Amino acid sequence: MADKTISEARGDDSSPLAISLDNINKTFGSVQANKDVCLSVVPGTIHGIVGENGAGKSTLVSILYGFYSADSGTVAISGEPVRLRSSADAIAAGIGMVHQHFMLVPNFTVLENIILGHEGGSDLKAGGRQAEASLKGITERYGLSVDLQAAVQDLPVGLQQRVEILKALYRGARILILDEPTGVLTPQETEQLFDILRTLKAQGVTILLITHKLKEIMAVTDFVSVMRSGEMVDHLQTAQTNPQQLAQMMVGRPVLLDVGYQAAQAGQAMLNAEHLTVTETSGVTSLSDISFSVHQGEILGIAGVSGNGQSELLEVLAGIRKITSGTVQIGNRKITAEQPASPSEVKRLGLAHVPEDRHAMGLILPFTAAESAVLGYEYADLMGGRSPILSPAVMAAHCKTLMTSYDVRPAEPTLKSNLFSGGNQQKIVLARELSSQPAILLVGQPTRGVDIGAIEFIHKQLLAMRDKGCAVILVSVELDEIMSLSDRVMVMNEGKSMGIVRKADTDIQEIGLMMAGVTAAPPRQQKAK
Amino acid sequence: MNASSLPRWIDIGLLPVLNLMAALTVAGVIIAIIGENPFVAMGVMIKGAFVYDGALGYTLFYTTNFIFTGLAVAVAFHAMLFNIGGEGQAMIGGLGVGLVVLFLDSVLPPLLVVILAVPAAAAFGAVWGVIPGWLQARRGSHIVITTIMFNFIASSIMVWLLAGMLMAPGQMSPETRSFADGINLPLVYEVLQMVGFSVSRSPLNLSFVIALLACFGVWYLIWRTKLGYIIRATGHSERATIYAGHDPAKIIMIAMAISGALAGMMSLNEILGVQQRVILNFTSGYGFTGIAVALMGRNHPIGIVLASLLFGALYQGGAELDFEFQTITREMVLMIQGLIILFSGALAYLFMPAVIRVYSSLRKPTGSG
Repeated sequence: MADKTISEARGDDSSPLAISLDNINKTFGSVQANKDVCLSVVPGTIHGIVGENGAGKSTLVSILYGFYSADSGTVAISGEPVRLRSSADAIAAGIGMVHQHFMLVPNFTVLENIILGHEGGSDLKAGGRQAEASLKGITERYGLSVDLQAAVQDLPVGLQQRVEILKALYRGARILILDEPTGVLTPQETEQLFDILRTLKAQGVTILLITHKLKEIMAVTDFVSVMRSGEMVDHLQTAQTNPQQLAQMMVGRPVLLDVGYQAAQAGQAMLNAEHLTVTETSGVTSLSDISFSVHQGEILGIAGVSGNGQSELLEVLAGIRKITSGTVQIGNRKITAEQPASPSEVKRLGLAHVPEDRHAMGLILPFTAAESAVLGYEYADLMGGRSPILSPAVMAAHCKTLMTSYDVRPAEPTLKSNLFSGGNQQKIVLARELSSQPAILLVGQPTRGVDIGAIEFIHKQLLAMRDKGCAVILVSVELDEIMSLSDRVMVMNEGKSMGIVRKADTDIQEIGLMMAGVTAAPPRQQKAK
Repeated sequence: MNASSLPRWIDIGLLPVLNLMAALTVAGVIIAIIGENPFVAMGVMIKGAFVYDGALGYTLFYTTNFIFTGLAVAVAFHAMLFNIGGEGQAMIGGLGVGLVVLFLDSVLPPLLVVILAVPAAAAFGAVWGVIPGWLQARRGSHIVITTIMFNFIASSIMVWLLAGMLMAPGQMSPETRSFADGINLPLVYEVLQMVGFSVSRSPLNLSFVIALLACFGVWYLIWRTKLGYIIRATGHSERATIYAGHDPAKIIMIAMAISGALAGMMSLNEILGVQQRVILNFTSGYGFTGIAVALMGRNHPIGIVLASLLFGALYQGGAELDFEFQTITREMVLMIQGLIILFSGALAYLFMPAVIRVYSSLRKPTGSG
């Protein structure tokens, strides 16, 4: 079943499609993850698939890469019907995959990683030499230069991703699937990746790009397919669509992509961090010499590529992780290595924390929503203060109130937390933390794995908190999120602050360079360069 | 799809029944192979457990042991701690009872001694539970390893004391002297006789009532108190507990103390109920069977009472089976018990995928996500 957009675009070209999926169905228990999904990918194009979390993108890709087998439907690669029962089948059919989380052995060299699984016999040296020769051809042809003898762990993330691409090409991939490839990249690295993808396309490689970032779809793809609730909503030519339309298709209703940030006057400083340093027991310094303050009625965005100390910073401020040296001052309380504060003390000082990892921290997945909605507030006045008894009726009523005012769906306090969608889980955490009327709010990755509709709501809530005078610290790896909400931005790289800039005085390029650790903030931090 | 998306009645009702059926079927096949009629054997077992004179009393007596050790495993399990040490905690609980009674039965009135012996059983058991708890929480020694080790340590201490300091003078067997007269928990048949019901003799005593109260207490603790909430939170996600401002190490120790106390109270039934002296190996494996009881009862007090009743019936009815059939030996009875433990414990979720398939094909699939 060739779809209209593709056949129109192809005119009378009758060469076989690179990928042709026909009526793919896949059910997990009572959940239908893919429903009559059809997909046609033209050879030598970059084809994007967008959809919210749980729309069925991952399931579809897993079927294509042989991790799952479809309940019904057919898969044809380059016109040949195939049965993909394992990733070996997929590789044999010429499909390569670059996973969101790299599948590399960190202490192996690039070459060793590439030949892993294709060692070419028991003599590793001979196999390596052979591989090196054929890799030379590949790297020259696609312009993918990388030092084959370098250990993967010493390479920056962008190059590690390049190794993944090489690995797929070395195995003879003519179709490359990339699953959320830009999540770990700086804006500059993302641009480099797109250049590589364009080169690959020019050489005839077909690319399937799975992402939730509409900007990337617009920037690099030729065609785009939109998924929602396990179904294909539409197939479009990228040139003939726009982000607004795609967002609407993904959600099924009109969405505001911009929640209307307006600059505001910040008040007095609520939290001061000075020379904050954290050294792990392993000896690694995860935070070094970080100083900043956050004021009433201000959102301080913390930007950075994932894993550059932002998580540690949040945990230190929340009292979960101990300070090695430096101070955090909240009101009159000076928190130091000698006088640490526990999470409950920090909470009493008026701080609330929406953690980065809502599955492991923010919620307890097997608990009911009502139970999750009191996590950390079991001894709040609302729950009877010091009384040892926890009343299910009070909990349910409290949860119901939160659910109504934060539009959690379904508004069912007895439902288990893991049965809510990502966005609704996040709303439960947000509702719990915001309802404590904090003076300081820590927010980590508030919209990770959250659907677009809920993102809009969450962003509005954060701005509303700021406008009520709350001091907000927002950690996010989504640069767009930082740029659309923050008043000031601190950029982190390898546990250090690269400087703090006012949003009004900067742009995404400058922040990107700071994220990469290339330049420090202008002008007063210039000497730090 | 997993267990949590199945309705509760399937998880805690249907699955255990299926497991039990599977175990009995395999046992029945084996009994048929050795040439006996499995249905007749089954009949004997049921009569032996519930119908014969005094049978029910004995069944409930064994049930009491299983309730205590089953609850002990369940409380620890809610904090995701696998307490294999019920056996040792029960022994040390018995030691606590023994020490209190042996020191005080000549000075204090019997009733007071009995009242003091009950918390002593719990306290000694708690101490034996809290030490592995501390080692886990503060030193990272795995609770499974330490509780197993503490069973051996407890057993050695008991031998050392019962064959030494505490051994009754002028005697050869490793046991203490008998407690003074009147130092025991009231026997149920005696109490019933006093109020005019004639029931046949059995060792069933007040511990059974204490066990049922403990069931209610555990239910209330786990599902109605803040401490229980935090224990469950710790069990599901230690990181979330830290985030919420609690110290998981403290919670682990508290949970192990409660668990140890419950296991320790098993000794009330044996020591203060019937033996009236501390003997060696009075725990005879009840602590270990408690693991199967808790698994089968899905760590819920009601499930644990039902599972305990089943195991109590197996103990009592099994003895009858051994008595009645020449070919069915004691080892055979142990094998049947073993099959039930195997199917309801180790293979507890054997039938789950099949049940999920049947269940979701009965319900119309809804296309979401």
